[in-house]
Amino acid sequence: MSVWRDVIGQEKAVATLERAVRDPASMTHAWLFTGPPGSGRSVAARAFAAALLCPQGGCGECRECRTALDATHADVDVIATEGLSIKVEQARDLVALAAHRPSVGRYRVLIVEDADRLTERAADALLKALEEPTPRTVWMLCAPSVEDVIITIRSRSRHVRLRTPSVEAVADLLVRRDGVDHPMALYAARAAQSHVGMARRLARDEHARIRRHDVVAMATKIVTVGEAVDAAADLVTIAQEESAAASGERDAAEKARLLEILGADPSARTQPPHIRSQVSALEKDQKARATRFTRDVLDRSLVDLLSVYRDALVLRTGAGSALVNEDSRQVVTRVAEVLTAEQLLLAMDAVGTARERIDANVAPLLALEAMALGLRLPR
Amino acid sequence: MAPMTEDLVAVAHGVPPYVLVSGPESVLAERGLAEVLDRLRVAEPGLEVIRLYAGTYEGGELVLHTSPSLFGGAKCVVVHDVDEASDELQADLLACITDPPEPDLTLVVLHKSGQRGKRVLDALRGARARVVDAPAIKTDRDKTDFAAHEFRRARRKATPEAVHALVEAVGKDVRELAAACQQLVDDTTGVIDENTVLTYHGGKVEATGFRVADAALSGDTAEALRLLRHAIGVGVDPVPIVAVLAQQVRQLIRVGSAGRGRSADIARDVGMAPWQVDRARRALAGWNGETLAVCLQALAAADAEVKGGGRDPVYAVERVVLTITRQHARHREG
Ligand SMILES: [Zn+2]
Repeated sequence: MSVWRDVIGQEKAVATLERAVRDPASMTHAWLFTGPPGSGRSVAARAFAAALLCPQGGCGECRECRTALDATHADVDVIATEGLSIKVEQARDLVALAAHRPSVGRYRVLIVEDADRLTERAADALLKALEEPTPRTVWMLCAPSVEDVIITIRSRSRHVRLRTPSVEAVADLLVRRDGVDHPMALYAARAAQSHVGMARRLARDEHARIRRHDVVAMATKIVTVGEAVDAAADLVTIAQEESAAASGERDAAEKARLLEILGADPSARTQPPHIRSQVSALEKDQKARATRFTRDVLDRSLVDLLSVYRDALVLRTGAGSALVNEDSRQVVTRVAEVLTAEQLLLAMDAVGTARERIDANVAPLLALEAMALGLRLPR
Repeated sequence: MAPMTEDLVAVAHGVPPYVLVSGPESVLAERGLAEVLDRLRVAEPGLEVIRLYAGTYEGGELVLHTSPSLFGGAKCVVVHDVDEASDELQADLLACITDPPEPDLTLVVLHKSGQRGKRVLDALRGARARVVDAPAIKTDRDKTDFAAHEFRRARRKATPEAVHALVEAVGKDVRELAAACQQLVDDTTGVIDENTVLTYHGGKVEATGFRVADAALSGDTAEALRLLRHAIGVGVDPVPIVAVLAQQVRQLIRVGSAGRGRSADIARDVGMAPWQVDRARRALAGWNGETLAVCLQALAAADAEVKGGGRDPVYAVERVVLTITRQHARHREG
């Protein structure tokens, strides 16, 4: 067993990191992990943390390894945001932590999972810590690409690039780690385009599979202007329902817990001002989380939709590579029959534009309507 | 003299011993509850009101509160969120729905929606509880009905146009709509017409956006630009104007593709009010699917520009208004 067992399809990156663990000359105080969503940036960072803290350099079995991997180790702190940004206050807390010496291990490790979501001020606060490193403190920043991180942070950290793992590697991981049977694992890995977390969800959650199936089927259903507008509304509804299902119970439980901690009477019709302000702060966070979740689900739907047109292009050009939507071959074949290669590229552009617009805060429904209008099939 | 029966007491204040407030709309539920309490207080000024919440209910509480108090006197026990009730609370509720009912006790149960607590609801109905409905107010049709009802309830006359204008101006939030109705009732006299509403709510961003949209969608370039420039001049943000334009174009597309059915049926299917359907149908005379599609796509681009993607948000919204009026003209030529 090794601490690297869940870091799949990343031989080159793992070699770099192992060398840093063995050889002090190859070690540095700041690392930047980049790779497409689902490639396992935070998994790689945690494995690296474990290897640095393990007396055997990453056995995967000892207490140091296990606690570092699940981020319960006293010297490992993970900052992740479920909102849209990491605020300066959070960054400052982290910087304060970084100034302390490790409590039990060789290193203190600080992992920032969404370095691309640092606000400008939060990034500035981090930069100070990177410019004047504390001995034995190691920063690990994760982001989709180097361009997502401000240049001053980039230039002070060593870059580790993760690749998209192969479908087979992801399927193997699902079989080995999550006990998924092989055909399902293969379907899920392919449909998720090797996004590990998404593949896992598809393999284990029937609703996720149904949602994906519905989204893929849309590609053949939009012909009229009215159908385009309806399809856009459906996409938004699907995302909102999934977000509500994921957050409803959790939100209520968090609120009850907060009131309990504050010693407030949950049945009181109105709460005293200091409690009210804390409750509304929590509700604001929850809303931000729901917004991000809805957006993430929407984006996932658009990636799924995009894969249909890409598959159709593969069929049309006879490129012969495996289809992402092997399970929905009929849909892909139909799209490939009615759209020319050039029209397929335009459809892919329409989806890409919608993703960019939603990312730039355009009302999601409106962005999707414009997209769906561009996806209409000829009568 | 024979003791007064429960029915006679009920006649005195008009509230039976059991009341069920059923439905998710909190504005209506709160109002229903307040009316019940007011009526009870008319007969019993010293009424003791006890409120229990499903989320914090502890077994046996209900028994404690429903047993006759030492000093007599009327009591009203209000149980909130019975749609989230624990098995314990449900059992306790069932136990206190008795025949004959406990004297001097009124039990009010609030239930938003769903299957949980169904046995309690059945028992309440079996015990001839008064049911106060609080249905969701979601679509513009619901909101129109709600606002019209508000004015009727206050014995005020409001024209349909006034109700439409009000729903458009403040209809986003039911609570705000209720407050706006109340304000018009309190602050004005005589018939409430569209001008009355515009006096109070005409300055709202939505109202401005709607007037720009009306002009643009009827192809009136000069009027649309005049209204738009005026709005921008007094500091209205282009973002909500684009949102309203998009919403109006979307409604035209929905109604246009819904076919020839009755306005009321289409309204139900697409979640609009019948008058909105009628208005959309009139506006559709200048449009077809293709021209509306061009408008919606232009609006998506404009939304990106007014939200920071473009250098000049004001120019972006002017340009999209021009795109819309030109598409209208194109239809006429074609
Ligand atoms: Zn170890």
